Amino acid sequence: MHKEPLLSIKDIKKDYVTGEIVTHALRGVDFEVHEGEFIAIMGHSGSGKSTMLHILGFLDTPSSGQYFFDGTDTTKLTEDDLAEIRNKKLGFVFQAFNLLPRTSALDNVRMPMIYAGIDEKIQFEKAKKALAAVGLSHRLKNNPNELSGGEQQRVAIARALINNPRLILADEPTGNLDSKSTEEIMGIFDDLHRKGHTIIIVTHEDNVSDHAEKIVRMKDGMVFERKISEKHEYIAHNKPRD
Amino acid sequence: MNILLTISLAIKGLLANKIRAFLTILGIIIGVAGIIMIVSVGNGAESLIVNQIKSVGSNLIGILPGGREEGEAPAAAYGIVITTLKSEDIKALKEIPHVVGVAGYTKSVLPIFYKNKKAESTVTGTSADYPAVEDAAIDGGRFFNDIDDNSISKVAVLGSQIKYDLFGDMNPVGENIKIKNETFKVIGYMQERGASGFTNNDTLVFIPVKTMQKLILGTNHISMGRVKVDNAEYMDAVVEDIERILRTRHGISNPKDDDFTVASQEQGLQILTNVTGSIKLLLTAIAAIALIVGGIGIMNVMFIAVTERTHEIGLRKAIGAKRQDIMKQFLIEAVAITSLGGILGIIIGGGFSALVAFTIQYLGYDWDLIVTPDSIIIAAGVIVGIGIIFGYAPAKKASLLSPIDALRYE
Repeated sequence: MHKEPLLSIKDIKKDYVTGEIVTHALRGVDFEVHEGEFIAIMGHSGSGKSTMLHILGFLDTPSSGQYFFDGTDTTKLTEDDLAEIRNKKLGFVFQAFNLLPRTSALDNVRMPMIYAGIDEKIQFEKAKKALAAVGLSHRLKNNPNELSGGEQQRVAIARALINNPRLILADEPTGNLDSKSTEEIMGIFDDLHRKGHTIIIVTHEDNVSDHAEKIVRMKDGMVFERKISEKHEYIAHNKPRD
Repeated sequence: MNILLTISLAIKGLLANKIRAFLTILGIIIGVAGIIMIVSVGNGAESLIVNQIKSVGSNLIGILPGGREEGEAPAAAYGIVITTLKSEDIKALKEIPHVVGVAGYTKSVLPIFYKNKKAESTVTGTSADYPAVEDAAIDGGRFFNDIDDNSISKVAVLGSQIKYDLFGDMNPVGENIKIKNETFKVIGYMQERGASGFTNNDTLVFIPVKTMQKLILGTNHISMGRVKVDNAEYMDAVVEDIERILRTRHGISNPKDDDFTVASQEQGLQILTNVTGSIKLLLTAIAAIALIVGGIGIMNVMFIAVTERTHEIGLRKAIGAKRQDIMKQFLIEAVAITSLGGILGIIIGGGFSALVAFTIQYLGYDWDLIVTPDSIIIAAGVIVGIGIIFGYAPAKKASLLSPIDALRYE
């Protein structure tokens, strides 16, 4: 195995309290991700896979357990520290794209750099390059409502990558897309993986999880299976990666 | 956070719901336009009155018939006729040291005839000292003197406008005009003085005060007297002397029984500015209430905006916005909305003020258009203040949302 993992969680639990009813969304999960891995988290709705992704992405905090990210114990960090991690070390891709309405593709992609306080001239240069990389050079000035679903998701991916994150988190990124766009988007994720990016993707679709090298299955708030994906087993057998 | 981008987003958000945006900023528009107009119209009205008083000349002391209560204007100022003041009273004041001229006045609006031409005029019976007292200059011929007055001469001096209306470019000196069936000889005409406050000096016709009393009005009192002092520092002393002399002449021992009022120009202005000042303050308070109501409207809309855009806030936090970034964004939006309303209010208020001023100026009155920079600066400050004060609570609420709760919100 590699050296230090990029992130590791130990015995993470998450309870939701609504009135007197306590829902155990996560019942003690251990999980490690190494630099350069492409992992799919699968499971039915209610399995805890989304809660897991939100906690990994610092959008939500665990009820108990430990979370080390990039060598830091994150459980003691403040809200603003976490915002900085989300801004500089993470990139999110959501099912519903989550672009700012009435805001051009270019400005959407600039947004994380604005919060990072990067020089405006550099913002525009980098945002244009990032949009070109996902094949949207001709759509810089368009607002989200003028873009197709596939195009919107490509803008979201460009935005996720803009601050050179250590980890890309995708929550059902193809859930709102047709099969053609799904293939295009997954092609981009494959590319990113090949370039060495670390990716965690939450999905319930096999044709999506097949793109990952590892699959983690969850059920009732626990991990019950970890395996190498079939596609990567096939690749590993026939054409070993360098 | 990039301020320009935030402002452009705020404006795009506003334009996405035009009716709501308009209603939101309407309160601010009305409040700001109201304050600008009230200050401007108030200053204009004050300028009208002050110009009226100042145009008469400086270092003047006015004497009106009838007493007055402390701090109030005398009854004669409201047009009530009191007959206690005589021209001899005013003449006696010329003996006071530092007095350079004294003039009594009695006026009547009458038609003036020259051959078959007619002009409306305010016929003013006054003293030979009038030009000296009011800094008025003769353009041609001469003003009447004490001999004309004592002999009840039928001589007249024309204001420049009356001279033009009746004689055109012709020299009127030596011509005869008719006032109330009496024939008067024109002996001079005044230089153009322009309108001053409520009076157009150029439409006056001057005749000796005794002539006015005996031949035109059939009275023996005057409606007002003015005393010109050579130096401003003697004003108070002269006022005391006038009061003493008039009390002696009228046989008054207790100042409470005064049947006259003596006030320097300064004191008169003071009383008037007190009155106009308190009216302005009252109206400004009403406009300020409109602004506060407008501000509460902004707060309400900002709270709705926070709820509507909870998802957006979650997203912004997901990509790295800190609490203060979200806070700043909503504050900037609130200030942008109020500023938009404020700018429109300043334009509308300024426009209406100009309209009022030009209309009144067109009617020939001495009304200044006063939109002072400080009223605009104060309005602008108040606008930004309202944006911040009423934007703070919604902005704070937005900044405290947890990222995942906000993101889940649909």
